[in-house]
Formats: sequence, structure tokens, C-alpha cells
Amino acid sequence: MREMIKMILVLTILCTVSGGLLAYVKVGTKDRIDNQVLQLVKGPAIRSILAGASNDPVADRFTLPDGEQEIEFFVGKFDGQPKTVVFETFGKGYGGDVGLMVAVDVTQNQIYGVEVTTHSETAGLGARAKEDPAFAAQFKGQPLTKPIQVSGDGGSINALSGATITSRAVCDAASEASQIYDRLKPQIEDKLKSLP
Amino acid sequence: MAKSLAHEFFKGFWQEIPPFRLVLGICPMLGVTTKIQFGIGMGIATTFVLVCSNILISMLRNLIPSKVRIACFIIIVATFVTVVELMMQAFTYGLFKQLGVFIPLIVVNCIVLGRAEAFACKNSVIMSTADGLGIGLGYTLSLAAIGSVRELLGAGTLTVWGDPILNLSSIFPGFEPFVFTVQAPGAFMILGLMLCAMNMVGKK
Repeated sequence: MREMIKMILVLTILCTVSGGLLAYVKVGTKDRIDNQVLQLVKGPAIRSILAGASNDPVADRFTLPDGEQEIEFFVGKFDGQPKTVVFETFGKGYGGDVGLMVAVDVTQNQIYGVEVTTHSETAGLGARAKEDPAFAAQFKGQPLTKPIQVSGDGGSINALSGATITSRAVCDAASEASQIYDRLKPQIEDKLKSLP
Repeated sequence: MAKSLAHEFFKGFWQEIPPFRLVLGICPMLGVTTKIQFGIGMGIATTFVLVCSNILISMLRNLIPSKVRIACFIIIVATFVTVVELMMQAFTYGLFKQLGVFIPLIVVNCIVLGRAEAFACKNSVIMSTADGLGIGLGYTLSLAAIGSVRELLGAGTLTVWGDPILNLSSIFPGFEPFVFTVQAPGAFMILGLMLCAMNMVGKK
């Protein structure tokens, strides 16, 4: 009996201490990790969509609350005018969430460009969503008034062959972006006006 | 029984060098060593986990009930692995991306659990530190060795932190890389050949 209590006690204490330590390290490294992801994953994607922008989109950013979550918006200025906002959305892919950076042209209410950021799709099939620029290029100019879908589902995006689920995930993420944009449009415009 | 501190430290470099003599820790050895720097990064991460878990397990060796010792070891090892994972994400994000799933897999690395079971839970803290450090550095050296052979033959270069330190095609013009060696079957071949060489040298 004594041994049993000791076993339970030791395991409980170990787990508690371990949990506490991990929470501490997680909180301590959170800012640095966010910063690294911003610099090494999101940053290059944003800059590649907004090639030719007259500002640094990663530096000009703001956050807005959407329901319970906070969304980070990156502003792309062209000829000094804040013409586009970029933000990240997610779609359910074949191997997990597919992250998509969506740039919205706020003057014309259409998509300016997209780029896949993080994914765990199959190499050579789904992974082409990130590697094949022709696939992402189809999203350019898509209007935000209707859901974005692959051609098989009634939309106008040609799916990657052998990667229908991934293609749908990217479309879902883009549609999600248009819904978020719809919901937050007034706030986004306010923020853009107040930019220096 | 009482062996010297130096013995416990240096045995990891030759007598009990993990992948070659004990043939443990082969999974990351084959998986990540396509470049020398991945080998070194993986080795350092494993060494950190090994030393920390050895110290803690040896400190707690009289408190841990023997019936649940494996569970306790796993908790301790998994905690340190997660710490390493977060640290690598925060400071060496590129390397973290490259090593990918092999970092969390240190939890089930036979070397770490093997040292805990075979050494740390029976020896003093200082001895266990020396043991963990020696085995860990031995492992790092092995990964670096196999990584350098594979990178040199497979890509014709040796790159450490983005700086090419050696380029075969500039020494031997017309050098064609053996791409085979950076693929999975090549890893087995190189490991086998290195084991073979080690055994020939070490044969009494």
C-alpha cells in the first residue's frame, strides 16, 4: 500500500513540475518564436506577394480582434497609397492545416495575390500548392463577393492534379479570408486611414 | 566498480561510441545526416537532453520507485526534449525546420533512455554528468562524421552554417556527386562501411 502511494505521489509530482516548467519555457520563448516565424516564414511570403510595394509590409502591421481571435494585418502600400492588406488564414488539407497568406486589394475588393506558408502536404502532390506559382496565380483578381472554389465544385480555380484535397484547402482558406475581410472591412479601412 | 571520472567521460568517444559500438540511435543517424550541419545540430540537441536527463534521474534515483521508473524517465526526457524543441524554434528556426520530426523523436531515442536505465539510475550525479556528456559528444561526432561523408560524396561540398568550407569540384574538376549517398539506401551503405572500418581498426 505504501509503495502504491509512493508511486502515485512521485509520478504526480514529476508531471506537475514538468508541466510547470514547460509552461514557463513556452511563455518565455513565445515572442521570439513568433518573431522568427514572422521573419522566416510569413515575411518572405508577404514580400513575394507584394513585390513592388513602396513600404516594408512586415513593419507596417496592425491587429484587429475577430470574435475570440486576433488577426494580424500587414499593409502593402503602392506609390504611397495603402492599397492592400495581407493576412493569414487556414484550410484543412490532407496532412493538416494549410496556411495561406492572402493579399486583398482594398480599392477593388478582390484578391491581389496568395501564397501558401505552412503545410504538411505530400511532397510532389499537395506540396505543389506552395511550389507551383501557376496555381497561386489563379487566385489573383478573384472577386471577394462569392466563395472561391475549384472548378469541380463550380468555381473557377483549376485544382492541382492528384491534390484535390489540398486545392480545396487553399480555396477554403481564401474563402475564409474573404469572409473575414467582409466582417472587418470598416475597421480595416479606419486603420488604413490612420496610418502615417 | 568504482571507475574513474575520465573513464566514464571518454568511453563515449571510442569504447561505447553510440552508433558504431552500441548501434543505438540509428534512426536520426540515417534520417538527418544528409549534411554535416544537420548532424552536428541533432547531436548537440541530443547531448543537451542526455546530460540534463542523466543529472536529474541520477539526483532522483533513490526517490523513483523501481516499478514506475520507465514512466518517470519518459516524463523527464520528454520535458527536456520539449524544452529543446522550443529553444530551437526560438533561436535556430532554420535548423529546427530542417530537423523537423527528429527533434521530438529524441524522446524515444534508445541512447537517452538506455543511459538513464543502464547508468544514471545507478550512479552518482557527477559520474552521470560525465557519462551523458561523453556519450552525447561521441554521438555528435558520429553524426558529424557520417554527415560529412554523405555530404562530401553526395553534394561535393561541406557546408557549415551556410559557409562552404570545402568544395570537391574545385579540387577535382569534373567531379560528379554520388547522389545515391544522400538518399536513404545510401545512408545504410555508408553506416555499414563505417561500422566495418571501425571494427577493423578496433579489432584486437
